[in-house]
Amino acid sequence: MKRRISVALGCLSLVFALAAGGARASHWQNVPEKDHARANPMAGNPRAVAGGAAIYKGHCSHCHGADAMGNGKKAPSLKTESIRSATDGDLEWFLRQGDLRHGMPSWSSLPQAQRWQLVAYLRSIQQ
Amino acid sequence: MYRVLFSRASRFVALMALLLVSTLPHFAHAQDKPYFVTYSQDLEEPGNLEIESKTALAQPNGGNRYGAYAAEFEYGAKAWWTTELYLDGQTTANESTIPTGFRWENRFRILMQEHLINPVLYVEFENISGADKTMLEVVGHDGQSDLASTNAEAREEHEHEGELKLILSSNVHDWNISENFIAEKNLGHDPWEFGYAVAASRPLATMYRDCTFCVQKLTAGVEAYGGLGDVWALTMRDTSHYIAPVVGWDLPGRSRLTFSPGFGLTDTSLDRVYRVGFAVEIPGFGRQLQEGIR
Ligand code: HEC
Repeated sequence: MKRRISVALGCLSLVFALAAGGARASHWQNVPEKDHARANPMAGNPRAVAGGAAIYKGHCSHCHGADAMGNGKKAPSLKTESIRSATDGDLEWFLRQGDLRHGMPSWSSLPQAQRWQLVAYLRSIQQ
Repeated sequence: MYRVLFSRASRFVALMALLLVSTLPHFAHAQDKPYFVTYSQDLEEPGNLEIESKTALAQPNGGNRYGAYAAEFEYGAKAWWTTELYLDGQTTANESTIPTGFRWENRFRILMQEHLINPVLYVEFENISGADKTMLEVVGHDGQSDLASTNAEAREEHEHEGELKLILSSNVHDWNISENFIAEKNLGHDPWEFGYAVAASRPLATMYRDCTFCVQKLTAGVEAYGGLGDVWALTMRDTSHYIAPVVGWDLPGRSRLTFSPGFGLTDTSLDRVYRVGFAVEIPGFGRQLQEGIR
């Protein structure tokens, strides 16, 4: 009986742990299939990466940090497994949407090419 | 003689300004739209403060030439809420230079997700005098005759007004298209007055490049705005309407210059109104302020 209860509790905590982990990754779970599958037309282009770095410095670094390690508060690190697990399309979609409720602005007013430049830059800093 | 001196001095100042601009650090600016009257869905980033001066130069029929200015302090309270304070004033030739009041406005994103059309609710309270000529919106039967009365006369008239706008805005294929529906009410008397503003703009080049004098830094478009009468007379008769090309130039040091010549389309409208804006953005202002207080 005791064993059953502890197995049940174990399962339950696993479910919660997955749900909590999923909350971080959930940004990408909402991405429509079409956007998810999009490839970055500027992937690996060094000029796009350099431009993306400049846009990052101007728009993102004051929240996510110049080194993209987060600000220790709400804005998370951008050198994480979560970012690496996202497709280019996921990242571009998320930049367009933002997460207004949790303090991440929408970047839909940037030209699409600049969002792809940002995605190319985010990829270039993952080691 | 004076003219020669003046033109030399202004050329020198222009040259120095250009040199200064080209040595300032490069930062991407928030790519705000270069509109003067129309609002888009863009809100200020949370914690950022933008300070902007907006000037309108015009001469009404039978009135003196004037320059009206508004100093605008725009703060991103949340990613979905921007709050803004305006301080207005004007100078009328052969008359006087006077402050004309203040406005406090708030803009709220209604839907948190990005859609084809994004609605934003705008709520404003203004305490200005009849001498305010900034023309940041045109409603009801506003016309050039209002702008022609003397400062001494017009400043006696106090307007405590509430204003609501429904802002609809879309970002599609690097174009921004925005429509604003305006309802304004003098809180003391007078009926609800209505107006509109619509605009479209696009950056001239979409890839980012580190440069100052290049098309990458220019956004061009057009806006149109005017009055739609009031509850008593919902009509286009005796209303003002304008069409105005707009151009914005993102400068180094997180600043932006905007310019727009506006052309009146009806007899009630001013013939022409020239607008110039200059904005500087201070990122992380809220955080710096909190740290300073602690
Ligand atoms: C005003 C502060 C702020 C700015 C500016 C900002 N962000 Fe964010 N960002 C956040 C916050 C807060 C979150 C976390 C949102 C959440 O918890 O859902 C976030 C989340 C993200 C995420 C998702 C991370 C993950 O693993 O889920 C990405 C990617 C991101 N930001 C990229 C950017 C880029 C690129 C820029 C510049 C164009 C930028 N951000 C500008 C505050 C900001």
